[in-house]
Amino acid sequence: MPRIESDTGPLYTSAALGQSGVRPRSAAPKRTSQWSIALKSFRRYWQLYLIMLPALLYFVVFKYVPMAGVMIAFRDYNVIKGIWGSPWAGFKYFQLFFGNPVFWTLLRNTMGLSVYALIVGFPIPILLAVALNEIPLGFFKGATQLVAYAPYFISTVIMVSMLMLVFSPRLGVVNLGLQAIGSQPINFFGIPDAFPSLYVWSGVWQYSGYSAVVYLAALAGVDPQLYEAAKVDGASRIQRILNIDLPGIMPVMVIILILNVGNLLAVGFEKAFLMQNPLNLGTSEIIATYVYKVGLLNANYSFGTAVGLFNSVVNMVLLVLVNTVAKRIADTSLW
Amino acid sequence: MIKQNTLRRPMHIRESFSDRVFLFFLYSFLAIVLLVILYPLVYIVSSSFSDPLAVSSGRVWLYPVNFSLRGYQVTFQNPQIITGYINSLYYTFFGTLISVTFTVLVAYPLSRRNLYGRNLIMFLITFTMIFSGGLIPTYLVVKQLGMIDTRWALLTPQAVAAFQVIIARTFFQTTIPDELAEASELDGCSDLRFLWYVVLPLSTPIIAVLALMYAVGQWNAYFDALLYLKSSSLQPLQLVLRNILILNTTASGSMDAKTMAERMQLADLLKYCLIVVGSLPVLIIYPFVQRYFVKEMLIGSIKG
Repeated sequence: MPRIESDTGPLYTSAALGQSGVRPRSAAPKRTSQWSIALKSFRRYWQLYLIMLPALLYFVVFKYVPMAGVMIAFRDYNVIKGIWGSPWAGFKYFQLFFGNPVFWTLLRNTMGLSVYALIVGFPIPILLAVALNEIPLGFFKGATQLVAYAPYFISTVIMVSMLMLVFSPRLGVVNLGLQAIGSQPINFFGIPDAFPSLYVWSGVWQYSGYSAVVYLAALAGVDPQLYEAAKVDGASRIQRILNIDLPGIMPVMVIILILNVGNLLAVGFEKAFLMQNPLNLGTSEIIATYVYKVGLLNANYSFGTAVGLFNSVVNMVLLVLVNTVAKRIADTSLW
Repeated sequence: MIKQNTLRRPMHIRESFSDRVFLFFLYSFLAIVLLVILYPLVYIVSSSFSDPLAVSSGRVWLYPVNFSLRGYQVTFQNPQIITGYINSLYYTFFGTLISVTFTVLVAYPLSRRNLYGRNLIMFLITFTMIFSGGLIPTYLVVKQLGMIDTRWALLTPQAVAAFQVIIARTFFQTTIPDELAEASELDGCSDLRFLWYVVLPLSTPIIAVLALMYAVGQWNAYFDALLYLKSSSLQPLQLVLRNILILNTTASGSMDAKTMAERMQLADLLKYCLIVVGSLPVLIIYPFVQRYFVKEMLIGSIKG
């Protein structure tokens, strides 16, 4: 689980670092001290700075250059003139997107999937972790853990294929079961309303065990004396869970919740795209798949970038917002 | 590894009746979870070892019916799948090598407290997890670099993950004290020598975890290949699997099936076999690295 640190306000040091490179040393006496600290650090640790270069170059080229590249959302991108030479278009592509009826469908589908996934996917790993934590060490516990997070390692392509096989109308084991009790076979992948459930519950199947490990790790950090004291005082197992376990993992729960809410519009492209077919497109078309189809396949680079930028910005704002709220209310936050 | 509180609890206090009932429910809950997770896996594996006819007539639901290896024979006769397998091994090996090297080389310096600018660099790396340029700008960068339809397109655009850098840095910070580096510096040991002879030997657990996560990521990825690759000779296994399993492109050329019906039966069976073959490498190494994997989660999730 990612943790974001900014203990000493890195932005301020950045200003000093950035400017000092431009100015001659003698011209700015106030900055000299910062500059000399930097210079001393460079001289002393030059080897360490050197070995960081490949990765830093990677982040610049593949993360920060594309960030600058979002400006094509505000330009009429033209392959010949390139990112920097294409004429400005202002907010044309954003207006085009917001004015398009597909905008509301995409927003509803994307948010619907996220909220559904959040409501179902958030409590289940906690339940699993608490249950695993209660039972004594032994074969059963080990086996359950081993099996529970194995699906995490299955690839998206294989996950979706398994889903299609299991729910296939002709051979799928689910439909064989339905036929055995006298029902007609159902083509689950052809029903738009079934798509969200298929998507979310297969995600629960695949990721709950993995997420539970995080909570188990947090539960291991709970002071055992608390349990002993509670036991001596006659607390039942349920009471111990409610009054010791859950408060003990509260900070981790809040952080995971923040991250989940912050990703509300970032429904993964990979799985939804693979699960799409012409029949369920009404509920399975999400922002990410739309960007791919309209932006890349149809080569509407500017429009696609505008849609993608809208997505990224909303996510970032949500993350900051939720983080602030969590800081106020639960006293826990990412930064 | 995860939790030993149950052992430390005094055992002389007897469980009350309601607690034992509750424990029974917990066991039942976990048993159900176990079955729900296990069943689809068992079903797929059993089907893959069954007779083509049994599979396509829907007679397999738990154990293999009329045990047969016909499906696997067909699978390994398919040239697309063989090429995909070799490509995937290539991408996984070199991709992991590049990723782990870059990650360690950037994470270790960032763990040194006296390094000037370390907070700024850390912030800039972390920021890439919160905001990204998006699909199309990234695609245009890759295109501009001339990587479209080359192996580089799968090895570089995802080479370093900010999350793994954070985890590796936290590991170095907590396991390798700065005093150790200072002491060896006094003895005339350069930072690079220190990294090679002291830090790396002490860091095998984190390197194993990084390698595992990157390798699994590479092995399982299909999207970058879909975006950047056109030649079928470069395609990784996952993309081949997608074409056969999800788009239902039958790999007919390699099959010598006599009748149409048999061909269809084989196509059904082939899917189950492909699923097993496609996840086999990951599932084989997974139990061995599992303990490291749990360790990573501990490093990543517990503060300090």
